[in-house]
Amino acid sequence: MEIREGLRYTKEHEWVRSEGEEIVIGITDYAQEQLSDIVYVELPAVGDDLTQGEPFGSVEAVKAVADLYAPVGGAVTAINEALADDPAAVNRSAFEDGWMIRAKIADAGELEQLLDAAGYKAFVEGLEGESD
Amino acid sequence: MDTRAPGCGPDSICSAAGPVELIYEKSSAGHRGYRFPRLDVPAGDAGAVPSALRRQQAPRLPEVTEPVVARHYVALSLFNHHVEKNLYPLGSCTMKYNPKINEELGRHPRFAPLHPEVPSELAQGMLALLWRLGEQLKAITGLPAVSLQPAAGAQGELLGMKLFRAYHRKQGNAKKTVLFPDSAHGTNPASVVLSGFTPRQIPSRADGRLDLEAFSAALDDKTAGVMITNPNTLGLFEPQMVTLAERVHALDGLVYMDGANLNALMGLSRVSELGVDVVHMNLHKTFSTPHGGGGPGAGPVAVSDRLEPFLPVPRIVRTEEGYALDEDRPDSVGRLHPFHGNVGVALRAYAYIRSLGADGLAAVTRAALVNANYLMRQVQDEWPVPKGELCMHEFVADAAWTRKHGVRNIDVAKRILDYGFHAPTVSFPLIVPDALMVEPTETETRATLDRFAAVLREIAREVRETPDVLRAAPTCTCVGRLDEAGAARRLNVRWEPQDGRDEG
Amino acid sequence: MSYLGHTPEEGDRMLAAVGISSVEELAAQIPAAQRMQEALDLPAGLSEHELRNDLEQLGRHNYDPAATPAFLGGGIYDHIVPALIDALVSRPEFATAYTPYQPEVAQGTLAAIYEFQTMICELTGMEVANASMYDGASAAAEALLLAVHATRGERVLLAEGVHPRTAGVIATYLDGSGVKLEHLSARDGCLQPEALEAAIAGGGGAVAGVLVQSPNVYGLLEPLDRLGPALQAHGRGSRRPHLVVSADPLSLGLLAAPGELGAETVVGDVQPLGIPAQFGGPTAGFLATRRAWVRRLPGRLVAEAQDAEGRRGYTLTLQTREQHIRREKATSNICTNSGLMMLRATIYLALVGPQGLREVAEQCLARSRYAFEKLAAVPGVERVYAGPFFREFVVRLPQSAARVVQRVYREANLLAGIPLERLMPERERPHDLLVAVTEKRSRDEIDALAMALETALG
Repeated sequence: MEIREGLRYTKEHEWVRSEGEEIVIGITDYAQEQLSDIVYVELPAVGDDLTQGEPFGSVEAVKAVADLYAPVGGAVTAINEALADDPAAVNRSAFEDGWMIRAKIADAGELEQLLDAAGYKAFVEGLEGESD
Repeated sequence: MDTRAPGCGPDSICSAAGPVELIYEKSSAGHRGYRFPRLDVPAGDAGAVPSALRRQQAPRLPEVTEPVVARHYVALSLFNHHVEKNLYPLGSCTMKYNPKINEELGRHPRFAPLHPEVPSELAQGMLALLWRLGEQLKAITGLPAVSLQPAAGAQGELLGMKLFRAYHRKQGNAKKTVLFPDSAHGTNPASVVLSGFTPRQIPSRADGRLDLEAFSAALDDKTAGVMITNPNTLGLFEPQMVTLAERVHALDGLVYMDGANLNALMGLSRVSELGVDVVHMNLHKTFSTPHGGGGPGAGPVAVSDRLEPFLPVPRIVRTEEGYALDEDRPDSVGRLHPFHGNVGVALRAYAYIRSLGADGLAAVTRAALVNANYLMRQVQDEWPVPKGELCMHEFVADAAWTRKHGVRNIDVAKRILDYGFHAPTVSFPLIVPDALMVEPTETETRATLDRFAAVLREIAREVRETPDVLRAAPTCTCVGRLDEAGAARRLNVRWEPQDGRDEG
Repeated sequence: MSYLGHTPEEGDRMLAAVGISSVEELAAQIPAAQRMQEALDLPAGLSEHELRNDLEQLGRHNYDPAATPAFLGGGIYDHIVPALIDALVSRPEFATAYTPYQPEVAQGTLAAIYEFQTMICELTGMEVANASMYDGASAAAEALLLAVHATRGERVLLAEGVHPRTAGVIATYLDGSGVKLEHLSARDGCLQPEALEAAIAGGGGAVAGVLVQSPNVYGLLEPLDRLGPALQAHGRGSRRPHLVVSADPLSLGLLAAPGELGAETVVGDVQPLGIPAQFGGPTAGFLATRRAWVRRLPGRLVAEAQDAEGRRGYTLTLQTREQHIRREKATSNICTNSGLMMLRATIYLALVGPQGLREVAEQCLARSRYAFEKLAAVPGVERVYAGPFFREFVVRLPQSAARVVQRVYREANLLAGIPLERLMPERERPHDLLVAVTEKRSRDEIDALAMALETALG
């Protein structure tokens, strides 16, 4: 299971990559492993607003659906159209081909509140410990 | 010559071999399967329907003869497991035998073709039957009023939540939440949401029963009520439901009972004495009407006095002159069904209850308890039953131990199919992570239960010694495990002709 | 007759074999205070023979459908049921099978559902259809809820021609959802595009959808070709109101598919396709819509699938939408389709085929037209509407329709129709009669009706 350095993470298993005023969001390798075969990704429309902590879409697997929660507030500037035909890209490449949305952020401070790679790693290890 | 696929168990009944074909693939241009009577009135003129509203192209339907239709659907039927083939040990489904006398009566020429909009004087027999079924359900539950309108258990639940809303609106209460245990069936929270309430899940105790203290802590004056299944989805009776009901009523809340497991209570306990305000029943479970491959069922509800005024209209009432339909109920939630619910299903349930009588129903419950406990004891050393020494009419075994052999409960379920039995309910309830929920029902013999127990023990051995057999299962069926993810991604949900050409 | 698997003595032996003392030990899981102290208050059970007698006795108090030609419609129609249907659906492999959650042992059920989904798409001109719903009324309610979720609109409009019983069910479903239900009046029995425009423009919030039934409750064909375009002009993209059409599947052998006329979703009831009246239920509803909404479809959906050997099979799909996975986020709480009734309709459509469906629809058109002319020629009987109709029409009598129906039944053993007042008491139409004429109503029966009406009014 991969956890990339240089990214921010949420406890809902999203990763966030900072690119100047914009961010890119996807779900983590841990998340795609838990969900197993992903069959559909429901994304917002370009221009939609994001509110920190509110759901903005969902990821659907055969037996489960998981909501996607906005890690920070902002506005959607692009969505990964390729996922419409190839939702399995999220399983294959959660951090690259499986990216979901780009957004312009409202408040860079909110980004600082998120977990870093080490923090997310500790969080996930805590979860794995509980499920034994 | 043994043509079974390698790996099939010695008792397996191989399903018919495929391929699974579609009626469209047997189509041949110009063929027809049915002849209508001769037209003995003038044919309609072309102007009767404006051309903008007339079809320009025929719909693509199969063109086949009657013998082809007959062979096709007989062939399809042979791919199905069914109650008359072998046991369906599905927890909370109560797959008991479906008596054929009820089917014969359901087709009765004085009942089956009856139109619902005739004057009531012309349907007194039908109304009497429906009224009598209502009385039967009142006797079984102990509650004073019934509605037969819900077409399914889930619709009965929806009605229950609508009744909650109507009651609280009449009382002038500002209620928001409905509480339910984490062992609840998925329709429970869905019904809550659909009625405008907020669902709130309460964790159960370690022994699988509802946690009275946790519920009590969550109760407040915004609680519209609670939804409880009793016996619960683990097959355990909830002795504290009565106390919970008292506390809920003290806040002018209401108690909904999911009656899916009523097969465990008949003649033993009366729902009305458990503090219930509304209970839905499943005629296709407890009362033997057939499952039909996914319906139709029926989910009538019985209610306490305080909810009676809100029941759907029309109500079937008995007067001095006979039976009548009464729409004059100003507090009614309205209609749930265009007519009177699934009357054909109700008729079959009436016949079942009428044929069993008081003693028969009580014997059903006792026998269901005996069968479930007997079976549980036969298998629990291999398939642990973590919650409870005894069970009611069903038990939940835990298949988590199979994980260390690289196997999951779903693999166990698929392997059971190879032995000619249907699998138990898997992955439900959610509070037992690798559940196998087993309900044999009262119509199974000791011999069948012994055979099923032997199969489960054999499969436990296979888990330890040849787990790859389970992972490859089923192999004795017309198709093996299907790629569900691929199916969900492609979403091919209708047949299309090849190349846009018609077949044949 | 309990069909029990063991006698009480055998039961005791079974318990002894596993170390349980008695049935009472099992029953004691229920605390004594919560146990019943007396037996169930029900009469003793009956044998099969006695049960037959019981039903025979009751049946004598119903009219005799076999001896009483009925011109009754209003959502349940007296159509011919081919003999093969009962023979096939009474097979235990279909009748007693469970929901197809283990697809490997349910391919018969699943393949039939896939066929049904295909046939419904063909009839309605839509891209996807589900595995059936309880009935046409709840299907209409679910289609409107789908429109609300899709468009985020707050208002839902119902044409006057929607059957009042359907409207009643919709009102019950929508209560508590925050959605406003509005009724649109008809002119000449149908919804006019101007009335639709006015209602949408009238304000009070965005319209999520409009429900139009065609043929409508009066038997009239609604002007779908003009209503579709009227709706196109409003809202943009996902906010455009949905045109939800409630269509009769048998009529679609002849009438244009609503999908070609701008419908977003088509619903209805398949009772006319091989399902007996059964006093109104069970039937099966259908819901078909555009592919864009497939993930919002309530109920079950079957898709083609493959196993590891490449063999084709069928399986329930998108189960995440269904209640048992999404729980409180479910699009609906529906847990069943109406499997066996859906199967009846599927077999019916396979038997009659496209030519047969067209022929039976043409017969309904011809016979109802003939009846309309004959009844309108009876002194005192008036036409009410001038527009085109299918299988049903309204006539106005010079006196109470309910009393005339009673008289005609007593004197001529015919059921002349449904008094409109029975369906819509608040609309004050005590003299109006809704008459349905299917392919089962012969010329002689229609002539007899006209004569009986004349006598009853004389």
